Amino acid sequence: MSKPISTSSEWTFDLIQRYDKEISVIAEDFKLDTYRNQIEIISSEQMMDAYASVGMPIGYNHWSYGKQFLGVEQGYKRGQMGLAYEIVINSDPCISYLMEENTMMMQALVIAHACYGHNSFFKGNYLFRTWTDASAIIDYLVFAKNYIAKCEEKYGVDAVENLLDSCHAIMNYGVDRYKRPYPLSQHEEEARQKEREEYLQQQVNDLWRTIPIDGIDKKEEQSRRVPEEPQENLLYFFEKHAPLLEPWQREVVRIVRKLAQYFYPQKQTQVMNEGWATFWHHSIMNEMYDRGLITEGFMLEFMQSHSGVIYQPSFNSRYYSGINPYTLGFNMMQDIKRICQNPTDEDKQWFPEIAGSDWLTTLDFAMRNFKDESFILQFLSPKLMRDLKLFCILDDDKNQTIDVAAIHDESGYRIVREALSAQYNLSNREPNIQVYSVAVRGDRSLTLHHTRHNRMPLELKGADEVLRHIHRLWGFDVHLYSVDDGDVKQDFHCPEPIVQVPMAQTS
Amino acid sequence: MSYVVDRRLNSKNKSTVNRERFLRRYRGHIKKAVSDAIDKRSITDLDSGEKISIPSKDVSEPTFSHGDGGRRDRVLPGNEEFVSGDKIKRPQGGGSGGGSGSGASDSGEGDDDFVFQITQEEFLNFMFDDLALPNLVKRQLAGDEEFKYHRAGISNEGNPGQVNIVRTLKSANARRIALTGKKRKKLRALEARLEEITPPANELDEAEADTLRDEIEVLRKKIKAVPWLDDFDVKYNLQVKHPVPRSRAVMFCIMDVSGSMDQATKDVAKRFFLLLYLFLQRNYDKTEVVFIRHHTSAKEVDEQEFFYSRETGGTIVSSALKMMDEIIKDRYPASEWNIYGAQASDGDNWNDDSTHCHKLLIDNIMPAVQYFSYIEITPRDHQALWHAYEEVQKAFPDAFAMRHLVTAADIYPIFRELFQKKAA
Repeated sequence: MSKPISTSSEWTFDLIQRYDKEISVIAEDFKLDTYRNQIEIISSEQMMDAYASVGMPIGYNHWSYGKQFLGVEQGYKRGQMGLAYEIVINSDPCISYLMEENTMMMQALVIAHACYGHNSFFKGNYLFRTWTDASAIIDYLVFAKNYIAKCEEKYGVDAVENLLDSCHAIMNYGVDRYKRPYPLSQHEEEARQKEREEYLQQQVNDLWRTIPIDGIDKKEEQSRRVPEEPQENLLYFFEKHAPLLEPWQREVVRIVRKLAQYFYPQKQTQVMNEGWATFWHHSIMNEMYDRGLITEGFMLEFMQSHSGVIYQPSFNSRYYSGINPYTLGFNMMQDIKRICQNPTDEDKQWFPEIAGSDWLTTLDFAMRNFKDESFILQFLSPKLMRDLKLFCILDDDKNQTIDVAAIHDESGYRIVREALSAQYNLSNREPNIQVYSVAVRGDRSLTLHHTRHNRMPLELKGADEVLRHIHRLWGFDVHLYSVDDGDVKQDFHCPEPIVQVPMAQTS
Repeated sequence: MSYVVDRRLNSKNKSTVNRERFLRRYRGHIKKAVSDAIDKRSITDLDSGEKISIPSKDVSEPTFSHGDGGRRDRVLPGNEEFVSGDKIKRPQGGGSGGGSGSGASDSGEGDDDFVFQITQEEFLNFMFDDLALPNLVKRQLAGDEEFKYHRAGISNEGNPGQVNIVRTLKSANARRIALTGKKRKKLRALEARLEEITPPANELDEAEADTLRDEIEVLRKKIKAVPWLDDFDVKYNLQVKHPVPRSRAVMFCIMDVSGSMDQATKDVAKRFFLLLYLFLQRNYDKTEVVFIRHHTSAKEVDEQEFFYSRETGGTIVSSALKMMDEIIKDRYPASEWNIYGAQASDGDNWNDDSTHCHKLLIDNIMPAVQYFSYIEITPRDHQALWHAYEEVQKAFPDAFAMRHLVTAADIYPIFRELFQKKAA
């Protein structure tokens, strides 16, 4: 047994180094593969700043970040909320912020959680590997901030702010799910930006070309649909095709789109990412205790903090606000380890592949190859459903009552699991809205379709307002039809039609 | 090995710009909140920060989201009682009975107001936003305090801090070329000759070579003796002092403290002057304030006494105006000062005195001042003083303003009216 690293709750830089060293040794024993770490100690004001800019170290200016900041500040000063203990950025080196107010225990916990947990997740998970480029993000943010500041100088703060407002409103519809962006550094980005401005403008002109192109039959040309396929990436569509945008405006649309793209994996792996980091800080701290590196007092303080993080109020509690991703993720990770190490008959029947396998390998596999939705579908065990007492309700406006569709019993496991998995499916959470057509030869109006999922309508006020933003980007009339099974159920127009126009054909 | 950095001394307040952007965007809301706050505040804490509350719907950022209706499954934790097939009554009022479960979308901010704090600085900014002293004339005053320096070319004299290095070296270079040109030419010729006869073919050449060497040596020494930098090479940037025209202003605050002014009325008057005082302090560097309180006689007092003294008596308004006139003549010549007056009273005055006031204003005060505002705080009908002042207003429609107010709530709006910034 070695001597504990420290016994007091005060931290020093020297202690942080020593804890980090020990934690990195343990992380290596557990085969965690990470980017290099950069640990930054910051004050609580700086944490509020970081918080307000969606956790990014550099960001362009926008009033909404100011709003976020004022909100956080108010909550924090009044003691209504604690600040996050840490913020970690998916970059290489991986930057983690530690707050100076933390105790030594919290600093160690955060190092284990962020520097080795989140960090290895960023490096390993396929979504992050596919969609983000850890080495280029900081550069890109610098480029974006400078570019937008220049635009503000040139075109005025209001013009830029309005444009950003509109882009933010459809940020969720700025993600390309199928194409992988390739990383660019800041310099390349700047060099290309000029080229792109000219090129894009040409492309736009191409779409709006009125002179028939040689070699294309006139008839065929007339019936050519624009776009040929519905487009789900609205920001991309506007960047490429909005007729009236200036080159700089296209670039701003692109910047917002790139950010949306960067955050896209985070949105889809919240349960896994937090579960993974929580699982590892738990394992590492316990290991440190076993190795005699930390004291019992330290461990007690840790357990208290840890159990706070994974607390899950019941659905009927006044503190209930949805399923806590930390709880679900942490428990699933623990459960996978248990199934590997001590499988029951039930486990063997449900998870023949992994029951009794090497837990480190299995857990690593799970971390790398799934997102929340598929992870739950693959690994949520009957035992965990029982432990969390999960049940599924069906809320259908055609029924008089809300029905309990399934509970944590033999007949319910699969239903509950599928329903929970679906709950993390982004396309269930966000309305499915796509660019349907553009009247290239007519009034240049843009038609969007909302394809209803389970008959769920669009929320009216939000849809109206977002449509106004879309109108700002598009520059001509915009129509949105909410379609269920081929029938138009709701329609929105911007600008509002003066006379009620008959509903458009949707076939 | 991780790299640990101490960032605590790095810039804080990275969000300042974003914060300002937010305040700018919600200016209208905040101004209203500030104005409401002023009415409610006590006199002593007019200049602190304020909690601002904006309806959530106004600050929310719109997104597409699902409305009520349709069919949705939801998984919840903590089941103690249900078995599958149970029917639960739909909660009232919520259509699909949202709960805050899976539907926790970005717009899930609830209906609470968005509440935040603005600082004292920001509070005052909003409070006096768009206000200005009317008719502030920039009078050219070769005052003794403010100067600006302008560059005015190059000079041969100056202090070492102003040395213009480029010009100095250029000048030194020119001098050196001028002084050594002849010698260099000669030197080149001698060197060429020396080259020609090296190695020496005969004794004669050898002798010549020696002479040449000596001469070259001497020339080189002479060239070297020309100083690299001479005193008169040094050039200085010339800076000239220009007096900066500056506006000087003085504000006369005249408050009636007679017996008829009850505590509530005095409070209103004081609030008005406090607002004015804060406004001047904040927006104008070089503004002096003269406080005059009067009952039957007027007295110039300091700020402390003006706001907090309790002395009282009958009313002779003209005493104060007379004093103002004297002080102007004495200390603030109208040719040099922008003069302002603000008077608050309940309108009660000694029998004949209002005509005196009228005369004093028309003959002496109004010609000297830029702007004079009078507020009358009374729930009663107007009396002689008000009517006398109405005459003044007719005579000086641009420079004289009068308002009637009853309660504290009227102060701020009227204050804003009186000091609204006008397009020049």
